Formats: sequence, C-alpha cells, structure tokens
Amino acid sequence: MKHTLEQVFHSGKFIVGFVIFVALLLVVIIYPLFITDPPLQTIGQGTFFPPGIYVSTYDSINATTVYTLNLNDAATKRVSNKLSNDDRAAMKEWLVKAGISGADEIDTTDTVTLLNLWAKNYDPTKQIPGMIFSQQRYYQRLNTSVSGILGTSGDIIAVTNPTTNSLEQTGIVNQSDYVNINQVANVRVLPLGTDNFGRDVLTELVKAIEVSLLIGLVAGVIATLIGLTLGLVAGYVGGVVDDIIMFITNLFTVIPSFVLLILISYSIGQANRGAVTIAIVIGFTSWVWTTRAVRSQVISLRNRDHVNLSKLSGHSIIHIILNDILPYIASYVVMALILQISSAILIEASLSIIGLGPKTSLVPTLGLMMNWAMIYQAEILGKWWAYFPVIIAIALITFSMNLMNTGLDQVFNPALRD
Amino acid sequence: MSKVILEVKDLTTKYITRFHEDVYAVDHVSLKVEEGKSLGIAGESGCGKSTLALSLMGYYFAPLHFTSGDIIVDGQNISGMAPDDVRKSILGNEIAYIPQAAMNALNPTQRTINFIEDVIHAHDPKVSKKEIYELARDRFEILGLPADVLEKYPVELSGGMKQRTVIAVSVILSPKILIADEPSSALDVTSQKMVIKMLLDLMEKGMIKSMIFITHELPLLYNVTDDIMVMYAGQIVEKATAQEAVFDPLHPYSKGLMGSIIVPESGLRNVKLTAIPGVPPNLKKPPTGCQFAERCKYVIPECKTHPIDLREIEGDRAYRCIFSEEYLRKAYENG
Amino acid sequence: MKMADEICSCLRGEGLTKIFGVGRKLTLAVDHVNFDFSEGGIVSIVGESGSGKTTLAKMLLGLISTTEGEIYFMGKKRDISSQKKKKEYWKNIQAIFQDPYCSYNIFNKIDTVLLDCIKMRDGKKLTHEQKVAMMTEACSFVNLKFDELTNKYPFELSGGQMQRLMIARIFLLKPKVLLADEPTSMIDACSRATILDMLMKLRDEVGMTIIFITHDIGLAYYVSDRVYIMEHGKIIESGSADEVILHPKEAYTQRLINDVPKIHEAWDLSTVQYSLT
Repeated sequence: MKHTLEQVFHSGKFIVGFVIFVALLLVVIIYPLFITDPPLQTIGQGTFFPPGIYVSTYDSINATTVYTLNLNDAATKRVSNKLSNDDRAAMKEWLVKAGISGADEIDTTDTVTLLNLWAKNYDPTKQIPGMIFSQQRYYQRLNTSVSGILGTSGDIIAVTNPTTNSLEQTGIVNQSDYVNINQVANVRVLPLGTDNFGRDVLTELVKAIEVSLLIGLVAGVIATLIGLTLGLVAGYVGGVVDDIIMFITNLFTVIPSFVLLILISYSIGQANRGAVTIAIVIGFTSWVWTTRAVRSQVISLRNRDHVNLSKLSGHSIIHIILNDILPYIASYVVMALILQISSAILIEASLSIIGLGPKTSLVPTLGLMMNWAMIYQAEILGKWWAYFPVIIAIALITFSMNLMNTGLDQVFNPALRD
Repeated sequence: MSKVILEVKDLTTKYITRFHEDVYAVDHVSLKVEEGKSLGIAGESGCGKSTLALSLMGYYFAPLHFTSGDIIVDGQNISGMAPDDVRKSILGNEIAYIPQAAMNALNPTQRTINFIEDVIHAHDPKVSKKEIYELARDRFEILGLPADVLEKYPVELSGGMKQRTVIAVSVILSPKILIADEPSSALDVTSQKMVIKMLLDLMEKGMIKSMIFITHELPLLYNVTDDIMVMYAGQIVEKATAQEAVFDPLHPYSKGLMGSIIVPESGLRNVKLTAIPGVPPNLKKPPTGCQFAERCKYVIPECKTHPIDLREIEGDRAYRCIFSEEYLRKAYENG
Repeated sequence: MKMADEICSCLRGEGLTKIFGVGRKLTLAVDHVNFDFSEGGIVSIVGESGSGKTTLAKMLLGLISTTEGEIYFMGKKRDISSQKKKKEYWKNIQAIFQDPYCSYNIFNKIDTVLLDCIKMRDGKKLTHEQKVAMMTEACSFVNLKFDELTNKYPFELSGGQMQRLMIARIFLLKPKVLLADEPTSMIDACSRATILDMLMKLRDEVGMTIIFITHDIGLAYYVSDRVYIMEHGKIIESGSADEVILHPKEAYTQRLINDVPKIHEAWDLSTVQYSLT
C-alpha cells in the first residue's frame, strides 16, 4: 500500500493533474473567505461590463486629498483616448469630401492642426455626396466627443442650490488633478467584468466551480457505487442474477442516458431542481460503463486459484467478494471514480446549457453560466469574459482529472509505463 | 578433428537494472561446438542459459550489454559488432535462434508463406516470390511438413505444427548453427517428440551444421545432444559428454540435478530423488568464492574465500570445484 | 489379509459426468468416470491437456457441480447442497495448485494465511501463544522458520518456499484427502524432491489420501500406488503404478510412455509419424 502511494506520487502526469486540481480546490475554498459577496448578487446596472478596475467617479471628485501631477504625456494620452487613428482618418476623409482641403494637405498625425481645421469647418448640416445616415451620426458623435479636447481649463463642479434652483460652483477639477486610488472610498476590481445580469463574473465563477465539483462528486460517487455493486454481484454470482443485471444495464445503454436525463429533469419540474437533486439524477443514469467494466474484471478474477482456495477455506460469498476480488479491482475502481466525476460535471454542463439544469436563482454552475452567455449572445457581442473563463475552468477540471487518471493508469498497469 | 563452427572465449555480458546496478548474467563462459555435433545447456530458471543464448547471437539490446569476450562463428569474430550489422549478415544465415515459445512470434494476420517472404527479403530483397515458394515447399517436404501449411494462418495450426513451422523457417537460409531455447517445453509429449525428431533431421540432412539446445529437462538433452554443459548462477559448472554428465557427474550441483531426474522407467520407484536445499544466489550481490557453496553438501571454509576456476581434465571434460576428481567420486560413493 | 480388510474406500465416484455449455454447443468434459480411491493411498490421474483431469478435480473438490453421477465420501453419498454442508465437506478435502504465485491473495500476509487455517479447524478460541506455536510447528514441518516469515507477504518468498507454505497450510488443516494439481510443474527440479517428500511425510503422519493430477507420467510412476489414465474425459486405463507404466495395455498409454524421453531405456524416435495436423 505504502509502496503504491510512493509510486503514485512519482508519476509525473499524476502530479501535474493533482497540482492543478488542488489549486482549483484551494481557490474555491480561499476566495470566499476574502470576497464575501453573494455570487448571484446583481451589482452592475447594465449588461456585460468589461473586466477592469471600477473607480467611483463621485468619490474621486470628492476625494480628501487632491494631488497635482504634471506629466508630459498626459495631454497626448487624453487626446488619443478620444481620437483613435481611425477617427483621424475619418475626419480627413470628411474634410476632403467636403472640399475643405486636398488629401495631401492634411496631416493626420498633427493633432492640433487637424482639430483646429475640424473645429472651424465641421458642419453637421452639410450634405456630403455618398454619405449614409449612420456615417453622418458617427461624425456628429465624433464632433461632440472631441469638442474642447484641446482646452486646458478644468471642469467645473457645481451643485444645485435647493433654494435658488441654480447651479453654484463648489469646485474645479483641473487637468493636472490626480487622486490616489487607495484613498478613494469605493473601488471595485472586476477581473472578469460582469455578465448580462450585472453579476461579478469572477465571484460567480468561483462559486460555480464549487457547485460543479460538488455535483460531480455526488454524481460520480453514486454512479461508481452503483456500478461497483452491480458489477461485483453480476460478475461473481453469475447465472440468473447476472442475466437480470445485464438486462437492466442493456436497457440503460439502449436508451440514451442524455434523453433519460432530459425526461427526468423535465418531469421533476423547475421547482425541485436543486443542485444535489440534479447530481443524484445524473448519478442514477450514468453507472452503465462502470458496471460493465467491473463485471468483466470480476469474471476474469473469479476463477483464479486464490479465489478457489478461499472457497475451500469455507469463506462466505461476501467475504470472498470483499477480500479476494475487491482489492484486486480497487485501482480500477479509483480510476473509474475519477472518470465518472469529470463526466458528471460535463453532463451537468450540457443539461444546464439547454436549460434543464439546477434552478437558476439559487446557485450558479458552470453549465448555467454557459447557458446565460449563450442566451444573451455574449459571443456575438464579443463579451468574451462571460464565457471564455468558464470554458477554461471546465477544461482545467476535466484536464486535471484525466491527467491524474492517466498517471494512475501507468502506476497500476506497469505495461503502460514509458 | 572437425571444424569448429562456434567458439566462445570468456564471454561476459551483463544486465543493467533500472537502478543502475550491474547483474552479470553470463560470467566468463567459454565453449566450443564442432561441425556435426550438438551441445546441450542445462540449468534451472535464473542460471543464465537463455541470456547466454541471446548473447551468442551478438544481438544486444538494453538492458543487456556485452562486456567482454570473443564469439567466433566459423572463423569470423562477431563480438562487439553493431546490432544492425549482426542482423543483416549473421542472423539467419550464420546463426539461427529460436527463443522460448517461438510459436507466439507468428503474426496472426499473416500466412506462413508471407512470413517466409519477409524473412528471406530481409536478407536478400531480390529473390522472387516464386523462388521463395519453391524453396519453402521443398524444405517443408523434406522436414515432413505438408505444403498446405504455407497457405494457412497461424491460428489454423496446432501448437506442435506452429513450432515446427517456426523451426523450419528459421533454418531456411541454412545457417551454420541453430540455437534453440526450450523448443519443446510448451508442447504435449507427442508434439515434443516430433519437434525433436525434426531437429535431429535438420542436422542429419545437413541443413544445419551444429546445434545448441537449451532446456531444463535433462532426459531430453541426454537423448538429443552429444555434449552437455551445466550452468549455475551465470557460470559453467560442468562440461562433459551427455553420457558422462548424466551417469558420472562431478560437480555437486550436477550430481544433485541428475539425481532429481524423474523418468517412467522400471526401478524409478526404488530411487531416492535428491533435493538441493536453498535457492540460487542473488546475482546483484554474488557471493565471493564458489557460487554454489551455500547449498553444497561438501562445502569447506575454503570454498567461500576465493573464486573457483574451471578445472579441466582429460577428454575435454571440465568442472568448477575446489575438490579433485577422486575426492568427489569417493564422496559420492559414501553418500 | 488384515491389511485388505482395513483398507476402506475414501473417495468413490460412479458415472461422473460433466457437460459444459447450453443448447447446441455442448462440451463433454468428463464422460462417465468411475473410480475408487482407498484411504491413505496415493493416486495419480494422468492426462494431457484437454483430457478432463482438471474438470474432474474441480468436481471432486466440490467447486463445480456434477451433471450426472454420484460421489461417495467415506462410503456415504456426498451432500454439498448448502454452504454449511460444503464447509463440512471442505474440512475433509483440500487442494494445492500449480502456480504458487497465483495461489495467494497478494494483500494477505503470511500470518493471516496460516491463522485462517487455524480458524477453519475451530481454533478461534485458542490463545495467541497457542496459535503461534501451531504456526511454528507447521512451518518447521516444511523446513521454514515462522519467526523469519512473520509479517512478510507470500510473494516475497521463492516459488519453492511458497509451495512449501501451501503444504504447511495443509499440515494445519489436516484434511482426509489432498488434491494436488500439478504441484511441482512450476518448481525447479532441485526442489521437486523436497515437495514430494514433504507430501509423503504428511501422508505417513496424518493418513491422508493424496490425489495427484499431472501430465507427467514419470512423476505419476514415482509417487503413486495407483495410476489412472484419462483421455477425452474417460478413464481408459487404471491399475497399480507398475501395471500401468511397465505393462500398459491401452495403445494411448503405450504412446504416452514411449513419447517421454528416457535415460536407461532407449527413446525410439524412428517410429515418429509426422502428423498432418
């Protein structure tokens, strides 16, 4: 036993898989200790906020200490933030089409001249031949966005006087005013932005991994236990018992388990679909492969000499199955368990994508997150943070489990060692 | 004085284990096989006889490594030759080798004739299929194998037939010497007899000039080979003619071995079989002195102190023991 | 004359038959076999592979059912209809198998193996010292030292030692009948005599009947009083060892004996007919 454990932890593949898996587990355990917000709480008003650091504008304006920093590239950065290269080219095109200047007279890299030329000559009402309505709107928006961009004066902060109902200036925000982000009261890091509901994707994801792992574990253990028991009994006892168990197994094979799952899931109704319920349902429909595999191993073991000698020693069937057969297939069963866990996670994900997974308002699962991303067209809109990290999480979980499995396979079956 | 087909001088080969330990499976073995004669190598599991057979071919693959010694086949020294050269120019046409359970080497998806084509083409790609077929058919006829075996798949042949086929194919290029490692162990007695007859026919009809036969079954060797060599823990402990080895063994191990032979003959029931207690030494840590000393009935302290050399006596006999011939014979008489 | 009266039948079979398979694909493995093994005798059942000797052995052991025929143990019809009755039967008949490496559960230590035998002989209530004494005695019977073996696993021993440990088990179990299925075919020639001697010693001490199942007719001749030759499921010849081996009546028996290489007698290879199969 000790020797086996030593060998297991010498296997490179197992160690890599194990490390990844443990890392995921640690994230799942440690993250909620620091970020205590409920994962399904809507924090964003609006859909698909991109990943980034969200600083409260109100608090930064009213920050206690305002620092003055004079940086050389501040103005340039400000301008290029609002005026991309495409915008400059568009401006040049408008100016040329409007007949203000010739093409070679305008230098798009000279920001000041370009903007001055634009400010002097832009006329939203001017009809440009060949310009469609959306392009016109684009130029109007561009104009609004660049007006005053070259100015150096700050913006005025004013509040409405409740009595006079007029604006009274309370302060001014200069272009050289900076605040220290640590002194701003409300800063929220959203490494993965928000999803379509406005929920923090990262917190949701961590919770989803936890739930999916739990579902995988429950379903995997149930499926393995059923498969192990049925396989042992069918393989060792044989005869009519074997025929009955094989009949049931064949039934479950012929009926696609996924269809079965859909039917069961649909019939238990939305209200009853908790995560654990779904796990149990998955467990009870995916034991077929394990049963077959265990049964064939047991059939090859039951005629061995040591089993015969055990029979001659008068041991009962239970004793023989538990002591002479089970330890010989233990390694096999461990591997089967790992495979069942990872396939259960994938099955739950598939169920959730089509909307038959656990109830959406209680807990997120990896499949559910994919489902939302799909329904709300995250990939079409280019909001990669709503689905890509989920895919990576699913991939990491199944990859690490399969690596562990392959590593174990090499330990238990010396013929496969490289 | 017949021509010497195979001469081996002081051959030593070793296995290198996973933990980089050296195991000297063949320890300074020397032997000579003359034309028209056959040599039997006897010994129990782990004595190194199968390793010796592999080493004699000159075909070394990790973890088996050649350490030192000479292997001279018909005048040509092949020790230290690169495995690829050995395969092209020695195997099949100079030395043929049949490993244990050779019949399992037949590809179940290939007909026998295709297998023969592969073997011959490996040596001479230019031979036509028709020539190969005719050669094979003639050979098989001489050896008592029906020609329709050529068209069959291995699964359609019985165990004895498969083994005979493999033997026939291995000598199809008429090598000078055939090394057979337990060619008949997995067969029933009747098939075994047929295989042995075939091997003797091969020698009689000149298809091979000499043979080395390796087995743990001594009655077989007595009936098949001219000379017998007994191996223990990688070393030769006795060399003698078959008659001498079985009826007048000198080395205590040979004596014990010959005393444990069981054959269905009258008088067997009155014989007390000898048993040798203990187990062969661990070759990773071989004992100093005689390798057999731990288990020997006649051991004296000097046996364990320094290595014992092979002692040569008249008539090409040799044995590895500290005691003289007379001492041993007297000791055996007294029991 | 007195000896003849005292020899009683230990294991007797009448018309034993075993058919495997269902429907159209039936295999007749054992074909109406009759035998009578006397108490304290050593018997060999000799046959080549496929002769049905292993199936017959399993039937005698009660590991597989008989299709037809009866087995009588100590003169009474054998009844193994329930697990309890089977346990009673197995107190009287045990086996040693061919491959010592496969005969042990690799997860059990040697101590467990031997303690199991003591338990089977109703030794659960003995004190620990008594159990150790029994195990030490059994091991020394087979020239093994129990205190060197304790806490080790069987596979740490050599093949010959493992087979001897099997005999130690039999020493503890003391059955009336021992069925030895090729007990020495996987053992080195040097250790064979040890195993055979130990089995003889056991028979002498305990009065056990030993049934050897083997393909080696030489071994059968050396070790047994009576020999039974099996071919295609039938016993085609039986008699005392000298009768069957030195004066075989059936052609098959003669062929079996002639085809084995001998030392003092000539091994006639000229009569070999190459078979076409």
